[in-house]
Amino acid sequence: MSSLIAWILRAIPFGTIIMYGAMGEIVTEKSGNLNLGVPGIMYLGGFAGFASAYFYENSVANPNPVLSVLIALICALAASALGGLIYAFLTITLRANQNVTGLALTTFGMGVANFFGVFILNGSTYSAAPLANKAFAAKIPVLSGLGVLGQTVFSYGFLAYAAIVLALVLHWFFTRTRAGLNLRAVGENPATADAAGINVTKYKYLATCIGAAICGVGGLYYVLDYNQGIWATTGQIEALGWLALALVIFTTWKPLNAIWGAYLFGILYWLYQFLPSILGITMSSAMTDLVQMVPYVVTIVVLIAVSMRRKKEDQPPAHLGLAYFREER
Amino acid sequence: MPNTQYAIRLEHITKTFGDVTANHDVTLEVRRGEILSLLGENGSGKTTLMNMIAGIYYPDEGEIYVGDQAVDIRSPRDALALGIGMIHQHFKLVDVFTALENIALCMEPGEKYDLKKVRSRARAICEKYGFALDLDQKIYEMSVSQKQTLEIVKVLYRGADILILDEPTAVLTPQETEKLFAVMSNMKADGKAVVIITHKLHEVLSISDRVAILRRGEYVGDVATKDADEALLTEMMVGKKVELDIDRPLPVNPVRRLSVHHLSVTGPEGGKVLDDISFDAYGGEILGIAGISGNGQKELLEAIAGLQNADGGAQIQFFAPGTEDKPTSLIGKSPKDIRDAGIHLSFVPEDRLGMGLVGSMGMTDNMMLKSYGSGHSPIVDRKAPRELAEEIREELGVVTPGLNTPVSQLSGGNVQKVLVGRELAASPIVLMTAYAVRGLDINTSYTIYRLLNEQKKKGVAVIYVGEDLDVLLELCDRILVLCGGKANGMLDARTTTKEEVGLRMTNLQQTKEVRA
Repeated sequence: MSSLIAWILRAIPFGTIIMYGAMGEIVTEKSGNLNLGVPGIMYLGGFAGFASAYFYENSVANPNPVLSVLIALICALAASALGGLIYAFLTITLRANQNVTGLALTTFGMGVANFFGVFILNGSTYSAAPLANKAFAAKIPVLSGLGVLGQTVFSYGFLAYAAIVLALVLHWFFTRTRAGLNLRAVGENPATADAAGINVTKYKYLATCIGAAICGVGGLYYVLDYNQGIWATTGQIEALGWLALALVIFTTWKPLNAIWGAYLFGILYWLYQFLPSILGITMSSAMTDLVQMVPYVVTIVVLIAVSMRRKKEDQPPAHLGLAYFREER
Repeated sequence: MPNTQYAIRLEHITKTFGDVTANHDVTLEVRRGEILSLLGENGSGKTTLMNMIAGIYYPDEGEIYVGDQAVDIRSPRDALALGIGMIHQHFKLVDVFTALENIALCMEPGEKYDLKKVRSRARAICEKYGFALDLDQKIYEMSVSQKQTLEIVKVLYRGADILILDEPTAVLTPQETEKLFAVMSNMKADGKAVVIITHKLHEVLSISDRVAILRRGEYVGDVATKDADEALLTEMMVGKKVELDIDRPLPVNPVRRLSVHHLSVTGPEGGKVLDDISFDAYGGEILGIAGISGNGQKELLEAIAGLQNADGGAQIQFFAPGTEDKPTSLIGKSPKDIRDAGIHLSFVPEDRLGMGLVGSMGMTDNMMLKSYGSGHSPIVDRKAPRELAEEIREELGVVTPGLNTPVSQLSGGNVQKVLVGRELAASPIVLMTAYAVRGLDINTSYTIYRLLNEQKKKGVAVIYVGEDLDVLLELCDRILVLCGGKANGMLDARTTTKEEVGLRMTNLQQTKEVRA
């Protein structure tokens, strides 16, 4: 039992990170932009959030936790939206190839984060922002003390709950609002959207930047909550970014599926640690890497299943990955 | 705006795409409460002109007036705000949305998102004009005619006073067409201005009040429908015959090389794109294929070249030199086998570089596309292709900085020469070309004609798909006319007239003897 709880306690925060990444990418992809720069953007968001919180903590005599959270959030959102803006400008205005631009953005985001990270690390292997971590990881008072339920449901930082709320909001946005309908139309068939009088360029820009900002929160959550407020020279965020992209496919572009899909990915990702204690299966360390691949395998299975069912609603936005130019003939 | 009878007026509109002039100095007006037919051959600039009203393209020169107000239509949004609605040939619908959601996309800016209200208004429109439409149906489940109905409802929902329909009947059955015409009459009675783009003469005559004719991007004139008949419209549409002085030697002892029987091809949407075509092609003659583009020319050539699956029951037989009594069937053969047998397709699609040549490769590499498989060495032979490229460059006068310059950087005429030159070098037995002179200047065009004639003299069976009737009439020996995927007559190019060809292109004749 206790190891099952431990498993859940690992899986949900892990899922939260990629849920943000996936939701941001869903928003972006709904506009027809395939942004493969998610890992880079998560780096940008994570680093900007950490750096701002770090400097705030170390330059003010009595740092305020709420202010620290706000500063970190705003900086993470701004930095990752900026990353999205670079992508948007290149692919929408200059009509550059989306795949290449996205991959370049991944490299760029990692590079920027690690380059400036060097100045904060200043020779050591890691540095920390303990106050911000405490604020981000603060459990819900009272409720988190309610036995097993409190432990598994109410003992995460506020961003974990915000992710669920955001998924619900996005679902409502896509299905119940005019802007959501317009955005979906832009991603499905920009020529139609254009003929209907929708400003395709504006929607693409906004969706890409806002989507990137959401991705960035995933990076922020990783550094300041999941990773205990520690910035180190590791490449973990990148792996999470790719997993988030896989999750987008897994959800068939539906935010509600991102909630359970993300937690499922989390459970599968940590499968290797809990196999021995829960199922009594022991395995060599060489196997762990193989077991960690399971989320990707699941994604491929979903891809196959979806393509076999041929249901139009489960397909990616029809114009995904293509630039739109009105006077093209 | 009641002080003018014109709903919309175009003055001196010019639009060019690169070197191609799509519309030149067009002046045209549409009145309220009338149905205007915009008639013209393919490529005559009808759709481009209307797209400028609908805000898809922006004119290079000229003025557009709505009512008596000069307007600047920079986007579809502007057009909609002016009450202009266009129903495009390719429907502008989102496949995974329901009909209702598609209509909702057309709501006024700032209108509250209330699907119930949209539904009731859409229902009202359907009732007023007598449409049967399931608003909750997804687009991908709809038939073509349902989609078109939805398009019309969308435009009416937006409150358009000026409706433009781009070849609305192209995909409809006769019954559906009749229904559409009834709707158009309703809209006319409602005081709306309706423009229908078409090249079907009988439709023009049955539905419209006035016909305006475009030819090669220029405005030819208009005529009241009651004063018009098919002959007059055809003449205005195709124009007077122009003498081109293309050399045309008489075929010397023609031998049958290709025989096509009952060839049908089913299109991706289910309908027949080619319907029971039968003809023979002879060595030593040029067989022209005329037709408004999109009437099956592409499918015909591709079916022969093995790039398109023919329906069951079709026969395509090839008579190789020396074994004329033992024809080989081409059905089911791979494109490579067919090419190796000597049937060459020098297909020139709209973008010219799409099929046939690889734009980012130089002349030599493009030659190699056809020879890389020859020989047994794993290393390709670059020498022969280079020599061939050099030869083509010399003989046809291809202007290029070097043999390795990417062909996409060459001008259209030079690209064409490279493509045709390569196909000719393989000494074909049957040579098929499509739109070989599209977009080329006069001199290059004549070079191409000369090359084709040389092949003809060598005894090659040349099939020439063209769009310029004057050229077809002077270059070819016989002309097969396609209309709606059906063979609509095999004409002797020496005796037939431009009007005859034009009429057959636009009007399906009652079953006549088609085999020559």
